[in-house]
Amino acid sequence: MHGVILGTFCLGFGLVLAVTDRITKKDITLRAMEDRQTSLSQVIPERIHDNNLVKDTVVMKDSRNREITVYRARMKGKLTGVAFEISGTGYGGEIMLMLGVDPDGRLLGVRVLSHHETPGLGDRIETKKSNWILQFTGLSLGNPPPQRWKVKKDGGQFDSFAGATITPRAVVLAIRNGLEFFAANKASLTGRKQ
Amino acid sequence: MTSDYQTIIKDGLWDNNGVLSMLLGMCPTMAMTTSATNGLGMGLATAAVMAASSFLVAVFRKRISQEVRIPVFILIVASMVTLVDLAMNAWMHELYKVLGLFIPLIVSNCLPLARLEAFAAKSKALPSLVDGLFMGLGFTLALTLIGAVREILGSGTLFADASLLLGPPFKAMELRILPANMGVLMMILPPGGFLVTGLLVVVKRLFDLRAGKEIQMTGAHCAT
Repeated sequence: MHGVILGTFCLGFGLVLAVTDRITKKDITLRAMEDRQTSLSQVIPERIHDNNLVKDTVVMKDSRNREITVYRARMKGKLTGVAFEISGTGYGGEIMLMLGVDPDGRLLGVRVLSHHETPGLGDRIETKKSNWILQFTGLSLGNPPPQRWKVKKDGGQFDSFAGATITPRAVVLAIRNGLEFFAANKASLTGRKQ
Repeated sequence: MTSDYQTIIKDGLWDNNGVLSMLLGMCPTMAMTTSATNGLGMGLATAAVMAASSFLVAVFRKRISQEVRIPVFILIVASMVTLVDLAMNAWMHELYKVLGLFIPLIVSNCLPLARLEAFAAKSKALPSLVDGLFMGLGFTLALTLIGAVREILGSGTLFADASLLLGPPFKAMELRILPANMGVLMMILPPGGFLVTGLLVVVKRLFDLRAGKEIQMTGAHCAT
């Protein structure tokens, strides 16, 4: 008898949830797409593309065999840049970054999508808190040279924050990994088309 | 009957406040009170869940047998939380980006469950709805207060990003109280949550003492 009561309630509320899921599904997918578009527009300038980045994607594998979705920016069919997400491990866990790279391997922009760093210390990687992340725009694997792609404390050229070294170190490393990923796949991403 | 509702409302908002008197729901209290806006948003979401689940439990109270009542209560709370989660994701997306991670935590907040067990399971639908709603609003009040104190001391602002929660007209609510670099970082970190909550509990008891009320020592049965 108790089982029947519990079962009936489960069935009833299960139905309610299924219906709500149906109703909200379309809006939720739409919102997720808008989110992606917003973060993409921050690393790929509007003026260098006339296509819809979210629809022009290719899935590639990085050196650790993880899948990375690459969004391609085109102007009149010609590739003008790519954007992709890359992650690093910070003080509080995973830091997700969005990188925009032009066909020559120069950074068009970098933004932090999500992180769990300490508020007030590590969160200066956000544009909301500081301009730190903007310094990467225009840099590439050769500029600065690889041994300088580190925070100052490790002998590189990038500032770290007072009281938080792990966060900037993780971000610098992740960006470098991202650029290396681009370099490794440059031929298949940019080649032939031109 | 009116006085009944008055008691319920007063109980929920102040006398028997979920956080400041019963010390329930400590997990979302600590996690979500880094700013007044976050506290307000989390509180309102919890109030919605509590009102809906209290109402539903009261409606079905005669059909829920004693032996399976706890799983049924949790099922109802969890369903309401999922509804709120989906609806916010779809239609209040900006807020969802701030609170989304914490909405599922409402299930593990024992304040809703405590009210279902203590009130809704034995009462009629309408009083239960009122009880759930005002217990939730009392929770909102406490969270917003704690959030405001932590935010002012920790980041020097008050109700920052309130326009994301309440809409553009509320932009004027966003205040800067202290200069940007004066914030005490500890207040936004977990120790600040415990400090401020503790102090506010003391403040509330002093108020009650002065009003000549006896302090109720309601032991927390669980304190997630």
